[in-house]
Amino acid sequence: MSGAIRVEDLHVVRGGAVVLPGLSCEIAAGSVTGLLGPSGGGKSTLLRAIVGVQKVAGGRIEVLGDPAGSPQLRARVGYMTQAPSVYGDLTIVENLRFFARVLAAAPGAAERAIAHVSLTGYEGHVVSRLSGGQRARVSLAAALLGDPDLLVLDEPTVGLDPALRRDLWELFHGLAEQGKTLLVSSHVMDEADRCDSLLLLREGQLLAAATPAELRARTGAERLDDAFLRLIDEAAS
Amino acid sequence: MSVRATSAVALRVLSQLRRDPRTIALIVGVPCLLETLLEQLFAGHSEIFQHVGAPLLGMFPFVTMFLVTSITMLRERTTGTLERLMTLPLGKLDLLAGYGLAFAAFAALQAAVVSAVTFGPLGLETAGPRWLVGLLAVANALLGCALGLFVSAFAQTEFQAVQFMPAFVLPQILLCGLFVSRGAMAGWLRGISDALPLTYAYDALARTASNTLDGRFALDVAVVAGCVVLALALGAATLRRRTA
Repeated sequence: MSGAIRVEDLHVVRGGAVVLPGLSCEIAAGSVTGLLGPSGGGKSTLLRAIVGVQKVAGGRIEVLGDPAGSPQLRARVGYMTQAPSVYGDLTIVENLRFFARVLAAAPGAAERAIAHVSLTGYEGHVVSRLSGGQRARVSLAAALLGDPDLLVLDEPTVGLDPALRRDLWELFHGLAEQGKTLLVSSHVMDEADRCDSLLLLREGQLLAAATPAELRARTGAERLDDAFLRLIDEAAS
Repeated sequence: MSVRATSAVALRVLSQLRRDPRTIALIVGVPCLLETLLEQLFAGHSEIFQHVGAPLLGMFPFVTMFLVTSITMLRERTTGTLERLMTLPLGKLDLLAGYGLAFAAFAALQAAVVSAVTFGPLGLETAGPRWLVGLLAVANALLGCALGLFVSAFAQTEFQAVQFMPAFVLPQILLCGLFVSRGAMAGWLRGISDALPLTYAYDALARTASNTLDGRFALDVAVVAGCVVLALALGAATLRRRTA
């Protein structure tokens, strides 16, 4: 598998604080990579740098063969921000039709995206009146529009019930089987097992880049959160 | 620039407005009410209403669109939709032009309704063409839109954005020549007045009302147009794809 994303020595400073002090990693194409770690560890900053909206102090990021943030990537990368970035005063379908028009997506793309996130039947609902989980799914649907080759999703399953989370992870793997690359952040370790490979990020440091099986073998822990804790202890000692 | 992206933004902004009928009613209704109050207030001195009616008609859209645009753009910045837009194949100019088109269309609606009331039942007369008052109203809406867009970059909250109205708009209204003619102002006030775009917008409207469409009128229109372009350029400079 070739790398869809290559990050080399990425430095990010926000508000005078070093968030990422020289991070390097590679993300395989056609897979679901989980970016895990505690809140405030730099996950969102790394994702923002990959989609090209984060000011970076140094380093290089190559996305699908181009430098991160290149204009030609804008139609190929779908991005879901952590807070639902959709218009609260519009309906679900109005939101998605707007983003579909901007992306010049195929006709019917909005309806298909709505179906993917199980919101069919809610098209005419105004977003501000939806629950938090529904709003997050509208935001996810907007990222799916235009059939992007890379999906960068910042905590897409937060606040969702187990059945919906299972459905979404099935959707992610279905997309990966079609050759899409997915980078999904989460601070819930029980989602780690659903990923093909994992990046464990803590305080801006990459503690591990491995598959769940490799992580278990390396730490001897059965549960992935135990494995993560052992890695933290290792890093501290 | 892309027609597709620009029209997508314009349609989206218009549907956001359409979802808020109360705001539409206020934007269209309040100027009608104010013109009516003014006409009644100077019932015994109709020359005053004849003097200020047309300039006010042309300047309402400036105030309205300044407020609406600064709040809408601030929301884009704070809710993360701007960040999403910046990752999409959408040029900054497409975004600004989309906003401009939507608000110009809306300002045209506002100007049409307020004109109908003011020129109709309220009996305002102008020596110059009425359609020109309407056209200047739309130009002033664009000016308000462009300035609102620019100042929204300096507000972190909607409270702050609303306070930019008295800070940026009221001094311009006070100094534009509507309340005190510019010739009667102290030198330093006149100097400030010279530097404010609304002065030229007011002058163009006053000249339309008295049908003195001379070289100075052409200069007024050119200054207003130039200020729209300048404010849009400044506004575009505040839209960053990459933020800290």
